[in-house]
Amino acid sequence: MSDTTLSAAQRLVGVDIQESETNRAVVEAIEADNPDCSVQHMPGLVRITCPGRLVVNRETVEERLGREWETHEFQMAIVTYFGHIKEWDDDEIVIAWNH
Amino acid sequence: MTIAPDASRSASKKTRKLPMKQRYQALTRDLDWEPSYVDPKDMFPYTEFEGIKIHDWSKWEDPFRLTVDAYAKYQAEKDKRLYAVLDGFAQGQGHLSLTDASYLNTMKLFLQGVTPLEYQAHRNFAYLARHLAGPGPRFAALCQSIDEIRHAQTEIHTLSNYNKYYSGLHNYLQQHDRVWYLSVPKSFFDDALSAGPFEFLIAIGFSFEYLLTNLLFVPFMSGASFNGDLPTMTFGFSAQSDESRHMTLGLEAIKFLLEQDEDNVPIVQEWIDKWFWRGYRVTGLVAQMLDYMLPRKVMSWKEAFELYFEQQMMQGLFQDLAFYGITPPRHVEQALSEKEILSHQVYWVLYQFSHAAAFTTSVPDDEHMAWLSATYPDTFDKYFRPLWEKERRNIAAGGRHFVRGLPQLCQVCQIPMTFTEPGDPTTIAQRVSVYEGEKFNTCSDGCQWIFEREPEKYVQAWLPVHQIYQGNCGGPTLPDVLAWYGLQDGDSGEHKGSRDDLNWQRWHAQTPTGLGAEGEQ
Repeated sequence: MSDTTLSAAQRLVGVDIQESETNRAVVEAIEADNPDCSVQHMPGLVRITCPGRLVVNRETVEERLGREWETHEFQMAIVTYFGHIKEWDDDEIVIAWNH
Repeated sequence: MTIAPDASRSASKKTRKLPMKQRYQALTRDLDWEPSYVDPKDMFPYTEFEGIKIHDWSKWEDPFRLTVDAYAKYQAEKDKRLYAVLDGFAQGQGHLSLTDASYLNTMKLFLQGVTPLEYQAHRNFAYLARHLAGPGPRFAALCQSIDEIRHAQTEIHTLSNYNKYYSGLHNYLQQHDRVWYLSVPKSFFDDALSAGPFEFLIAIGFSFEYLLTNLLFVPFMSGASFNGDLPTMTFGFSAQSDESRHMTLGLEAIKFLLEQDEDNVPIVQEWIDKWFWRGYRVTGLVAQMLDYMLPRKVMSWKEAFELYFEQQMMQGLFQDLAFYGITPPRHVEQALSEKEILSHQVYWVLYQFSHAAAFTTSVPDDEHMAWLSATYPDTFDKYFRPLWEKERRNIAAGGRHFVRGLPQLCQVCQIPMTFTEPGDPTTIAQRVSVYEGEKFNTCSDGCQWIFEREPEKYVQAWLPVHQIYQGNCGGPTLPDVLAWYGLQDGDSGEHKGSRDDLNWQRWHAQTPTGLGAEGEQ
């Protein structure tokens, strides 16, 4: 039923993002900053999972978007997630398990 | 994306604005004060009676670091986007591009069963926003309270466009309070509303929002996306973006309670045990919706359950909570073992009782049955296809059947006795408990455990069937009860040949008559 051998660094975390024009840049930024992630397209949304930790960097998103992007704006993109939101400041958002 | 950077947010922005952490500290935490002439216990009278011990409220984390200005700005943007879609859809006769009129049965169920819960959630989070003794959780609860009323309002607005053309959407509030299958979600939420503030946080904030919300919302929204329901999909994603915050509140709540005092751990564990099972039973309605009500399928209930519960919660979250001594919910094995039979059993009940419901049902067609066989290779052909084959023979002989009697309901989840013994999908399970000399029936070990833990609460349940027999539901005959439910012609029964079905065929016939006209009354 549950696999107790996986550590917090191995267990998957993930986020579902609404599929949209702006969010394409957000998804690309996440793919660039999280080389181990896998991306799955579902009706209307994009699901990104990563072993252990998933980071969204403001600068990477801004580069792809060509404009300023504050991390609060991620609220417009996120549909759901699993893991803990470990950090959410001006520069990055980190989703990871604690234990 | 339409949030244009305005002039005041030019290059000087970063020097003029406090960093997020400090802004949150200043605008949320620093607005709190210590009472000087009122006893804190008089100010926050409800934080001790459940036995939860809190030593330091400042340890509550809010990862979103939300402030009033940021909250208002992004919520306004979410609403603008939604209403642009609603207008476009209405102006373009969007309802004609749905996959089929029968698709709206899912939305009837949603409006009748879920929307009123959003409003109740709004009320209870407003109560928490007043009565939790720390500024961090109070502000998070305030935001969630406003979110929840936004969800109730936007759901009503979104679905009101369909009310002009389709049956079953006109009287959802009265029905929520009265109709038998809606007592399932209603009694679930009433149970939470009548609990203390911390139990409510675990019940709704954690068990519902974090453990189960993905199973409720994401299938509905993906179903909308696959079936041409642009407004519901947009509303759903708009609400889900708030849900992410609600999930965080639930998760922070549980971590906070577990870290504050070891004595909290067994209390929280029992609440998780109770509320997992309560919530899981409600999701039976979602299970049948995914597997039976959507004309174009998105994913099966089994797939959704494996993805959103087994993978994310059992293999992710509960590994994390093990650190605090929290174990996976009691009776979870039963839930896991039911994943290939749940949707079939629930829809079979709804099918047979839809003459007394505000939605319509039909026998699955050949293509649908082939999909069910392929998706549920171990159970569908063996246990459920024979039921539908028999019903097809009934129909061919002129007798689509509805159950004319009234079912025994579970005292806890209020679902008719339809669930089966573990490992034996052909024997109905029924548990009997005796409390103060009276017998009480439950549908499963999970519901029986919940009943026996707080019998004094559940003996008060408003069970729709008992209420009919006691004469509290409009009268002794079926038409009396249906009138009291607020049902009208066209709301109920068989979908094929129903008013919605006939209108749909007329609107999609080659002749242009009737396009854009209101449904035939």
